[in-house]
This record gives sequence, structure tokens and C-alpha cells, in this order.
Amino acid sequence: MTAPLLEIRDLHASVGGKEILRGLDLTIQPGEVHALMGPNGSGKSTLANVLAGREGYDVTRGEVRYDGEDLLGMAPELRARRGIFLAFQYPVEIRGITNGFFLRAALNAVRTARGEDEIDAFDFLELVKDKMKSIEMDPKFLDRSVNEGFSGGEKKRNEILQMALLEPRLAVLDETDSGLDIDALRIVANGVNGLRSEQRAVLAITHYARLLEYLVPDYTHVLLDGRIVKSGDKALALELEERGYGWIEQEVQGPGAPA
Amino acid sequence: MSQPANALDAFRRTWEARHRDLPGALEPRREAFERFLAAGLPTTHDEDWRFTNLRKLAETDWASAEPAPLPALPEPLGPRLLFVNGRCVVEPAADELPPGVRLRSLAAALAEDASLDSGLGALADEKARSLTALNRALWEDGALLEIADGVSLDQPLEILRVHTPGAAPAATHSRTLLALGAGSHAVLVEHALGTGPGPYLVNTVAELFLACDAHLEHVMLQHEGPDALALGAIALQQEAGSHYTSHSLALGGRLARLEIRANLAGEGAHCALRGLYLGRDRQLLDHHTTIDHATPHTTSDELYKGILDERAHGIFHGRVHVRPHAQKISAQQTNRNLLLSDRALVHTKPQLEIFADDVRCSHGATIGQLDPDQLFYLRTRGIGERDARALLSFAFASEIAGSLPVAALRERLEAFVLGWLPGGDPA
Repeated sequence: MTAPLLEIRDLHASVGGKEILRGLDLTIQPGEVHALMGPNGSGKSTLANVLAGREGYDVTRGEVRYDGEDLLGMAPELRARRGIFLAFQYPVEIRGITNGFFLRAALNAVRTARGEDEIDAFDFLELVKDKMKSIEMDPKFLDRSVNEGFSGGEKKRNEILQMALLEPRLAVLDETDSGLDIDALRIVANGVNGLRSEQRAVLAITHYARLLEYLVPDYTHVLLDGRIVKSGDKALALELEERGYGWIEQEVQGPGAPA
Repeated sequence: MSQPANALDAFRRTWEARHRDLPGALEPRREAFERFLAAGLPTTHDEDWRFTNLRKLAETDWASAEPAPLPALPEPLGPRLLFVNGRCVVEPAADELPPGVRLRSLAAALAEDASLDSGLGALADEKARSLTALNRALWEDGALLEIADGVSLDQPLEILRVHTPGAAPAATHSRTLLALGAGSHAVLVEHALGTGPGPYLVNTVAELFLACDAHLEHVMLQHEGPDALALGAIALQQEAGSHYTSHSLALGGRLARLEIRANLAGEGAHCALRGLYLGRDRQLLDHHTTIDHATPHTTSDELYKGILDERAHGIFHGRVHVRPHAQKISAQQTNRNLLLSDRALVHTKPQLEIFADDVRCSHGATIGQLDPDQLFYLRTRGIGERDARALLSFAFASEIAGSLPVAALRERLEAFVLGWLPGGDPA
């Protein structure tokens, strides 16, 4: 068996002094697609932010190993250069930097870290236009400021474009499906599917099973109160879509169990 | 309160030695000089100079600037009028300028046509402003730009002023007189360039007339030497339907101040003042603006942005005055500052004086650090923290840099900003 790409053990994390993750365990092997579902406030986005290294998310216990290394000690840019990509739930707008400039700066930072040559402007343009075509994104978005004035769907598509360019080994999608119409959802899922390989893995955090019709997971996990309380295959996702989370809460707590 | 004697004595000596050789009529110069001596230099007791201390100016024994050989110059952006240490050394050739355009030495023009003298001081306020009075008394040369009615220029005009610090601190007083005819269109780039360290003083006064429907894009690129004191005052009068846009780029100087006073004298006049100041070390960069909405249906829009590092000090004072009968006014004013160091300092002061009721005026000022969410976003894409900071600072500046009307200048400025920022070139 291959070594896990991501191994999370007994992860506890707090935001603003409030404990959100309370003993989360998750192992992801290369080649796998995992779906992480759960109601609002269960800790889904906290996990995404901890994995990406955002300040203000304090890990109080447990460990995260990525490709055998301690992930939590790495700066965010180092994580990105090692192949972790977070597709943001709310991508940030940056006025004054064109999207094209930003994408090339990011790609060159990652390429340099991988020991590859920087890509020149001409080759970059060819590459990025090709990627944009595959996710049906107009090249005019290269000349606009990063995410500024983009619609919700355009921002999400821009996240997928970044992912397609950076070719991460572990893509973490934080509610990338929220706010997308069905066509956009299909395009985004196709973008992720295009990246799937035996070396890469995906952690798709979502509130709805809709995305998972297009991005079929190998495993589905349910996050409740900062812990994974149930795991299954894609059938679990469909069951959650039909029945909601109430039955799992009851199953976990049992009648009369202490909170 | 008495002034420290040095600078006044020095200017008095300059006056005694040179006043007979200076261009134009003597009497207005003498009156102005007496006014200057009576008023003295501004001090921090003057509200308008509260944060801009001219002690260094006052305590220096200023010599007159001497001629100097031509240093290496940047590529011209268009027909160029060149000054070295205040003296005109090259005028554009006649065939470089389209018919109806005159761009030449003011001293030379005045020698041929004494009536030009009466145009001086029509807008610049010599009575209340002692530095303007000093300039009126001692100016040696300057730029004259006249554009006839209806002339549209298809390339920018350039006024380049080079200052080479000499062995002793020297002062240059230079003058600009600019008249745009009705319906004319022009882009003017004024570039002040210091060739190296060493103290010098540049005291410039400019008077700009825009006739009806004239359009002027006015770039002022201030890149004086690190020990320079650069004080500039622009007085602007706009007739009906005229459009004026300034781009003040304050990059150099130990202490640099630019005052712009705009009088919107005709309906439909529009005045846009934009500025970018980049300060580090102990630089003090000061912008004072006054926009007088003297007639109804006039509009103004100000955007000044500053990036301050180390112990730099930025000052923005924007005054908007709306007269009682001046209805249907729109005036916006924004000043944004980015502090890269906790020892950098900004004073920002909007001042709206509105005496009409049907007006739309707004102002806003911000002083802040880089946005941590933007910083994190860039870092999650593999861009290192130092580069991410440089990139975001660049983005902050690019709102001004990107709107420059001359592509070559835009590229030059963007390259300068990237080189200036800590973290260097991230691309």
C-alpha cells in the first residue's frame, strides 16, 4: 500500500478561542476523491483553512502529515509549492493586479519551487487560454483585476482555473459548488475531474450532494461538531441529500446521550 | 517671531547681486521681494504649514544655482523643453511643434514681448503666499506654453527640469505660464529630475489658464534628489466646459510639497486631481489642494494615494469650497494611505466648505496596512510573503500609475514602483 498523501490525526483547532475541530481523523491516499459533508457550523471550512495555513486558526492538539511531512509547521506558500491547493469559498478580490499577471506569478512561484524554469509570457498565454477554454472561461478575464467585479460563478471558475494551472497533488474545494447554477456546476466538476489521476487527490467540502453527481467520490464523510462521525461511499452522500443530517445526529448521540 | 536669519540674508544677497539682470519688469519684482521680506518664510505656526517644517530651508545659506553640464537624460516623450538648474538649455525645434503651439523659455519670450509680464501673478497669489512672492522676485527662467484655439496635439509635450546639486546648497526659482486656447487638447508632462545627493532648493510657481472647452492632462513627475527641498505652487483657472486632470507623482526629495489651487470659473468645468506619493527614509511628501467651485454645474474629483515606508511622512490637505450661488456641484475627494512601517506617518485633512444646498460632496480618507485576506490568498497560490506584499503595494499604486495618459510613462512608473517596493520584482 502507498503512503497516505494526507493524514490527519486527532485534530483539535480553535478560532478566536472557540474550539471548532474536536478530534478529527482523516486519511487520504493518492488517487482518491473524498467528500466531506456536514451542516453549517460543523467545522468544514475550519478544516480547509487549517490545511491552507490561515492565521487565526489555532491547532491545539493532534497532527497533520502531508506526504509524510509535518504540514502544520509550513508557511502557506510552502504548502502551495508542495502541491496543496485550496479553492476558496469566498475568493478575494484584488484591485490593481490583472488576473493574468497574478496567475503567471503564482505559476512561476510553484514552478520555481519544483525546480522548473519560469514560463515566459508567450508560452503562459498559450497555456492559460487552453485551460480557460476547457472551463469555458472568456480570455478577457485575464485583463481584469483579480476577481474584481466577477460574479459568484465567475469567481469559482477562476479558482478552478488556478487549480488547473498549478496542478496540485491535493485539491481542497471549500464549497466550490455553492451559488453555482447547474451548467456552471458541471463545468467546475469537469475541471476537477480533468485533474484526477493516480497521484492526485481531492477533498471536496460541500453542503449539498449536487456536486457529487458530477464529481463522484470514493468516500463520503460526515462532519458533526468538529469530528467525522460517519464514513461511507457515494451512497451516503445521496442519503444525506434525501434525509438531511438529523438522523445522523440521533445515531451519534443515541437516546439520552450526553452532548 | 523672528526668522532664523540665514536664508533671508542669502535671498537678500541674491537680490542685490542679480535683480538688475533678471527678465521682465523690475518694479513688480521689487514689490514682491519686499512683501516676502515682510512676511518671512512660512512656519509651523501657519495652519497650512503645521506639519511641514521649513527650518532646513530657513537655516541654509542658499547660493544661486549655477549652470552645469548636461547629464544623461531619459528618452523624450515628445517635444521637449529642457532646463538645467533653472536655465533653459534646449527649446523644441520649430518643426517639432504643430502650428499654433508655442513651448519655449519664458525669459527669452519676455525679452521679445514685454507685454507677457502683465500675465504673471494674475492667478498666483503673491500677497498671501510668501514663497510665491519670493519666486516672483527672483525667478530666473521658466516655461511658456501657449496653445491656440482648437489645436489638438497628438503627442505629449514635455518640460524637463534637471537639478544637479553643486558644492554649495543652491536655490532655483522657476516659473511656468501656460495658456490653453478654447477647445484645445493637450497632454503635458513636467518632469523634475535630481541627479544625485546634496541639498538644493527648487521653488516653482505655475499659472495655468484653460479657456472654454480646453482639455489638459498634466503629469507632474517629481523625482528630485534625496536631499532636495522642492516646493511647488500651481494656480489654475478653468473656464466653462474645460477639463483638467493632474497626475502628481511624488517620488523624490527630502521635503516636497505641491499646492494646487483650482478656480472653476465657468459652468461645466471639471477638475480631476490625482496623486501618488512614495516615501521612505525620512522623506516628507506633502500635497495641498484647494478647489473653488465658484460657479454652478462644476465638478471635481480627487484621488491621492500614498505608500510610506520607514520614517516617511505623508501629508494630504484637500480643501473644497462651494460658493453660495454655486448649485448642482459634485465634488469627491479620496485620500488613501498604505503604511509599510509602524514608524511611517500620515496626516490627512479633508476640508469641505459648502455654502450651497444643492450639491453632492463626499470625502474619505483611509490609513492602513495591507489586507491580510489578500495577503493570505496570494500566499496560498505559492507566492512568498515578501513578493505578495510587494504585489499588493504595487496594486495599490497601480490605480494611479495605470491611469497615466502616456503609455511609456506608465511603464516607466510601474517599473519604478516595483523596484522601489521592498521585496522587489515579483513577476
